[in-house]
Order: sequence, then C-alpha cells, then structure tokens
Amino acid sequence: MSKQTFLGFARPDGRVGIRNHILILPASICASDTASLVARQVQGAVTFHNQNGCSQVGADQQWTMDIMAGFAANPNIYGTVIISLGCENCQMDLVTEAIQKRTNKPFRQVVIQQAGGTLKAVEQAVRYASELAEAASMQQRQPFPVSELIIGTECGGSDPTSGLAANPLVGCLSDLIVDLGGTSILSETTEFIGAEHILARRAVNETVRSRIFEIVHRYEEALHMVGEEVRHGNPSPGNMAGGITTLEEKSLGCIHKGGHRPIVAVYDYAQQLHDKGLVIMDTPGNDPSSVAGMIAGGAQIVLFTTGRGTPTGNPIAPVLKITGNKLTFETMRDNLDFDASPVIYQPGSMPKLTDELFELVLQTANGKLSRAEALGFIEIAIARVCNYV
Amino acid sequence: MDNAVIIEAKDNVAVAIEPIPAGVRASFCYPDGKQRAVNVCEDIAIYHKFAVCDIPCGSKIIKYGEHIGEASRDILTGEHVHVHNVASVRENLEKEESL
Repeated sequence: MSKQTFLGFARPDGRVGIRNHILILPASICASDTASLVARQVQGAVTFHNQNGCSQVGADQQWTMDIMAGFAANPNIYGTVIISLGCENCQMDLVTEAIQKRTNKPFRQVVIQQAGGTLKAVEQAVRYASELAEAASMQQRQPFPVSELIIGTECGGSDPTSGLAANPLVGCLSDLIVDLGGTSILSETTEFIGAEHILARRAVNETVRSRIFEIVHRYEEALHMVGEEVRHGNPSPGNMAGGITTLEEKSLGCIHKGGHRPIVAVYDYAQQLHDKGLVIMDTPGNDPSSVAGMIAGGAQIVLFTTGRGTPTGNPIAPVLKITGNKLTFETMRDNLDFDASPVIYQPGSMPKLTDELFELVLQTANGKLSRAEALGFIEIAIARVCNYV
Repeated sequence: MDNAVIIEAKDNVAVAIEPIPAGVRASFCYPDGKQRAVNVCEDIAIYHKFAVCDIPCGSKIIKYGEHIGEASRDILTGEHVHVHNVASVRENLEKEESL
C-alpha cells in the first residue's frame, strides 16, 4: 500500500469518511436523553448531548443548525437518525433541510411528541438506526489519496512547549497534507490575537487578508459589546503556571500549527469546506466548540496539541492529542497519542517526527482508535453568542 | 546538552528546557549556530522564560522574533520573565502591517 493513500469509506456526495458511524442527532436539548438511549442500543451509533436547539437568538440558533447539519454531513457519518421533541425552534423540517443542503446521505426522522413519548420514539429510532447500521456494516474500506483528507488543527491546555514543539510539528504535517493535495484547517480566532499580521502576510489575496483581520476585530468587538475582554480568560491559569505570560505569546505559539503554506480561504464557524489547501475557520479558543466547528466543516480527523494534557475527544472524528512536554507525556499518558518532545531535546529530529506523525494519521484514518475514542469520549460544545431567551 | 532554547536571533528571552536553579549557567544555541550562556539569578522552572539581556521598563519583550508584551519594570539579565514583570499590550497590527 502506498504511503500516500488511506482506506476510507466512499459517500454518495463524493466525500470520503474514515469512520462509518450512524449519527443519532438530537435536534434540541429536549431530545438529547432520548438520543442517548437510542445510541446505546445500536452498534456503531454515536451521539452527543445537544445543549441547544431551542430558546436561542437567531445567530445562536444558526450556529446550532450549522453544527447539526455539518455533523450529519461529515464524511465519517454513514447516515443519520434525527430525533426532535417536536415543539423546539430547531424544527425537524428546518434541520432536515439544512442537512440536505450539505449532503444526500441517508437520514430518518423521529419526532418524540408525534411518536407518543420517549419509549415509542426510542423503539422507532432504534429500528431505523439498526437498519442503517446493518447497511453500513456491508460497506468495505477502499484506498483513497491523501488529497481526500481534511485535518483540523487545535491547541488546548497550551504551555511554552506547544509553541516550541507540538505546534511546529503539526505545522510540518499540515504542510505535508497540503502538498499532497489535502486540506488543513487553522482554528481558534481568539488565539490569532497579536499574531494576525503574521497570518495576514500568508493570505493568497486581499480578500483573504482582510477577512483575517475582520474575524479578529469581530471577535474582540463581540466581547467588548458585553463589557468583556478576551484577556479576562486568556492565558488561563494553567497556561500561566506552565510558563505562558501573555495572550500574544500564546497566539504566536498557536499559529505555528498552521505551518507555512498560503492561506487560501477564511470560513465562518461550522461552514462546509469546499477549498483544498490551508484554510482558516473562525472558531472560539474553547476547545470542544472549536473542534466541533471544524468537524461540522468536514474534518475527518483533528490534530490537537497540548502542553498541560487534555482529554478532549469527539463522537464523529478521532482527535489525536500531541504534546511537546516530556513530563506531561508521562503523567497524562492515557489521554495522549504522540510525544513531540524530541523536537526540543533532539535537534534535527523534525523530519523524522513529521513522518512518524503522518504514519499515525494514516493508521488512524485506516481505523486505529485514538485515545479519546478508546475511552469513549463524546462531549461537544457549540459556540454561542449570548444567553438563552 | 543545552538546558535552554532561544527561538529567533532578536529575541530578548530564552526558554528553560530543564529546571535551572539560581546561579546556574543557562546555555542555548542561536539559529545561526552561535552558542551562548547566561547565569540565571533566580530559579527558572522548566519551560519558563528568562532574560538574555537587560530589558528596561517599558521596552518590548521579544520571543519568536515578535512582541509578546512590555516590561512592566526593569528586568536584569538572567531574571525570570513572566506575569510579575510583563504587561500584555494590544498593538494595532493591521495598521503596522500596511505601513
């Protein structure tokens, strides 16, 4: 098998998945517990706790819809069972329409209030989900070029080793994926602050350049409107204990994971990607919501760098945790997938480590479980503008 | 084996990659291969920063070749550089970039 292919699942919309899950999609918080019951009953089914879907302002509802549609359309999903309560703002027809704008993959619908309560809804949904799971189980993996891969990049629980080792390593991997025709997403707008001029230099054109400054200004403005400052939570206590002093220092370390290639596009939160190459997505620094945004955009795998060590996973895509901190790699071994500390302690080791990390990405694409998958971690978050109404 | 790293030639801080006790020499290598050492004047925790030259109050702290903040008081060579002596400053980078 050539080094530049992976074994994936073809989707009817032309995309390629690296997992073959059935998504049990709760359209609102009121359907989340029911969705959990269904997912527990069907092999290969995944779900998450949707805290939103109702009583939200328009912008927040839109983000919730974008995440739901993006998750259903993510190529790691074979098909979706949408479960709604019935009276929520994210109505079944709206959710279905949003999904159909992104993909033609199979879906089924269950409305709890129409089915006649939780138990009847569970019965209906388990039947649908098990039919989809049976069909999915017939599908074989086939070889695809790396150009079909979309990797999301994220950092969380950063310390100075993130900027010295793990982020530069992920940057080299990002370059490699882009050079092979694939797509890499740089995320976390809060962590561009103080480094936006460096990213802007790499924009392919004036539109992309001004969009980079625009998303940073927009973010700061949104916080100012509620009398807050991005620096109030950044750097976090853990960042500072680890040795990061200012948000600017954190940002300059953070952007290394975007490598060195030109930035070809800037996407709003959870929008479906259609460009190849290095792109930016406007996501918050909050890890689970940023990861969710990129996966809704179509990322099949996320490379997550950490200095302090974090457990973050996702129900839809493997999240590989990479640290450059040799102490953290020992103490948080159960949560971490890759040790990048030789970047610091063995000068000249970057090319070898890039190869090793690429190999791990291909193995993971081929089906190897990430640590977060093996532990069954499925918690997600959806970015928010303001309080519930 | 070096016990610290410096990222860019114009940086005025380096990062300890081992715990460095007060009075011990911190050695690091510049990107052009030039080796240098300074005595740290207080304990530097692993992955924390120290000054590689005197940094007067109000001047920029430089790491990755970029500004990461300003000295909020005079910092001497070998001193720990962190939240107690650095202030975060928001610069207008779009304006700076278009000059």
